[in-house]
Amino acid sequence: MDLSTVQALVRFGLGRRPAEALPTDPAAWLLSQLQGPDPAAGMGPRTADGLAALRADRKNKPPPGESQSRALFRDGAVAQLANALTTQAPFRERLVWFWTNHFTVSVRRGQCAAVLPSFVAEAIRPHVTGRFADMLLAVMRHPAMLLYLDNVASIGPDSPAGVRSHRGLNENLARECMELHTLSPASGYAQADVTAFAAILTGWSIDLQADPPGFRFRPGAHQPGEQTVLGHAFPAGEAGGVAALEFLANHPATHRFLAAKLVCHFVSDDPPPAAVHRIEGVLRDTQGDLGAASVALVGLDAAWHPLTKLRTPQDLVVAGLRALDLSPDQTGNPIGALGGLGQPFWNAPAPNGWPDRAADWAAPEAMVRRVDWAFGLAGRTQATDPLEIADATLGPLLQPATQDAMRHAGSRHESLTLFLSSPEFQRR
Amino acid sequence: MVHLTRRSALLGLTAAFGLGRASLAFADAQTDQRFVVVILRGALDGLAAVVPYGDPGLATLRPGTQGPTPDGLLDLGGFYGLHPALANFHMMYAAGEMLPVHAVAGPYRIRSHFEAQDCLESGADHRMTSGWLNRVVAALPADTSRPEGEALAIGVSVPLLLRGPAEVANWAPHGFAMPQADLYARIAALNAHDTVTGPALAEGLRGRGFSEAVMQGVTPETNRYAFPALAAAAGRMLAAADGPRIAALELGGWDTHTAQAARLTGPLHQLDDGLAALKAGLGESWTRTAVLVMTEFGRTARINGTGGTDHGTATVAFVLGGAIGGGRVVADWPGLGAGKLFEDRDLAPTTDLRSVAKGLIAQQFGLTESVLTQVFPGSSGAAPMRGLLRA
Repeated sequence: MDLSTVQALVRFGLGRRPAEALPTDPAAWLLSQLQGPDPAAGMGPRTADGLAALRADRKNKPPPGESQSRALFRDGAVAQLANALTTQAPFRERLVWFWTNHFTVSVRRGQCAAVLPSFVAEAIRPHVTGRFADMLLAVMRHPAMLLYLDNVASIGPDSPAGVRSHRGLNENLARECMELHTLSPASGYAQADVTAFAAILTGWSIDLQADPPGFRFRPGAHQPGEQTVLGHAFPAGEAGGVAALEFLANHPATHRFLAAKLVCHFVSDDPPPAAVHRIEGVLRDTQGDLGAASVALVGLDAAWHPLTKLRTPQDLVVAGLRALDLSPDQTGNPIGALGGLGQPFWNAPAPNGWPDRAADWAAPEAMVRRVDWAFGLAGRTQATDPLEIADATLGPLLQPATQDAMRHAGSRHESLTLFLSSPEFQRR
Repeated sequence: MVHLTRRSALLGLTAAFGLGRASLAFADAQTDQRFVVVILRGALDGLAAVVPYGDPGLATLRPGTQGPTPDGLLDLGGFYGLHPALANFHMMYAAGEMLPVHAVAGPYRIRSHFEAQDCLESGADHRMTSGWLNRVVAALPADTSRPEGEALAIGVSVPLLLRGPAEVANWAPHGFAMPQADLYARIAALNAHDTVTGPALAEGLRGRGFSEAVMQGVTPETNRYAFPALAAAAGRMLAAADGPRIAALELGGWDTHTAQAARLTGPLHQLDDGLAALKAGLGESWTRTAVLVMTEFGRTARINGTGGTDHGTATVAFVLGGAIGGGRVVADWPGLGAGKLFEDRDLAPTTDLRSVAKGLIAQQFGLTESVLTQVFPGSSGAAPMRGLLRA
């Protein structure tokens, strides 16, 4: 295995499974994954099923942990992780995880658990090689996001519902959309822009009683009148919101922000300005074509410098399970492991999602827990040759010091623990 | 594989572990004997655990070794002395419940940990797909009074020793997976030059209370997941009348290439406390229990350039239990003088470890010669050692 092959597997992919065939042309292998529909398309329950579960739970009030919503969430998390372990398109899957984190929806608030799996399947997965504007629109219309960031409760104060109930705007979704999903604060928008955008999004809600339940624009809760965001006027009505999202998606500040975030993920914690500039240009020139941006990421020389990124717990657990190629009954409880390592699944503390820099993950206790996790995982395999696994997984990235320590370990268990705890396995 | 859900639930209630009385109905069943194997992974230095201080050759190989003293070696009858960390072993020895077998080795002459452990667990001179203890289980008559099976592996996975056709249960306490201090230390060293993971790991281990002394093996660690806790749990499970009667445990930390004197103390304390905990957990069943403590090979007779020892050949095995006819050391002692060492570096093997194992299981379970040969294929040259158990 040469350096570019292992780099394609660990930087762009999810880590090598020793059983899988090596690509003959690593870059071409990555680009081929961007073609055609996602192989995991259609996975899991649909949004309407999730909302029906939520509806039933609100009616029946089952004890905590026994709700239909929890079951859908749990099954969805297991399926998402299982797919990451076996997918033939790991680069594509990494992009799915990246954009899912970019548009964070967390089970911590908003009763969104039941629709989290379908959020990934319907709002993220179909668009990772499409237009960013389409992904943004799908996200903002998805019940998971509308629940998570409170937009279902946001009412135009001058709408019929607002006049009747004396309730008003909830800016949460509008603010996070501008701050975290599109423009970023660096673009210099003002509070008035946030308020106007929140007014634009009033009425973007869900109808839980409909059959099937789903997104619904509620004209009766929509703030009447034209709104101005960053100097651009948008008419009242649902179409005004769609136009505002298209405007935000294609704003130069959005392209700059997305480019920096992508380069941070695929190149290094300190994104080289030239690389950011390159991706930003592709997004600008293609009107936010994420497939073209992904192709350009593969084309960045800087993205082929090895071991610059510390694996997040999610990256580490997936890569470890892939390296040992464990069958599902041998993996233990990887979802639980993610919690123990500080990255519980679909459970980010805040809407800005999980951080993507080493400094955020290399806390002392967190690093020792990685070792404990490695020790537990290493004890589950019945593989006979740890060095063979290490070589098949990391090839030229495997350091002599690690090989030496592995060779001198007192047992296979210790040898594999050393491998999984080595500096190079902690990186991608 | 069977998961011991019911039993693990019971284990959570240490004070209320209440199978005892209800189980008395089964207590006199013919399947009452207990057998436990403890694998010491990493190669225990037999010459440090059971020191032949009476051999005049020892002074040359290991200068400064002293005979028994009040705070030194614990005497085992005038020629051998037990490492001072093995105080419980010594009490069991005095009670006739502990018997070291010295200068033992398996039928292989391999100095690779992994391959040697495969052979040790296979019970052969090559790796097999099943372990000898599983074949023991398979040879026993089916016993429907044990709903979770005859045998139990303590740990997150089943070691090769217990893998095979016979069904084996597996148990580990929740959150069990914790390396020993020595492995943490090696991982910290491997990361020491990394500007991100190095300082974080060092600080994290300090935060966990691993002082430099603990990391170097100078001070024994205290770890609630450590071996004594597992051994105590194993004892309680084995004590239940409908529980398993065969169990395997393992303990690492024996690969003492450097600073052996300091590094050995911690693992030996764990082993010593572990056997005491196993005995306590077994309660009255201890009287019908035999334990075999074995390791894959010994270490060099000479101390190397870094105060440690390298991979060798013969070592010591321990048999313990209330069923043991102990209080003596069994060895065909090869001597340590000039020309006595195997390949001029290791304690020479004079007893086949399979003879010890065969002697134990033959007497404990009444296994016939033909069954013993199935358990240890190709071992006809290694006759079962007689008289390990009380008559």
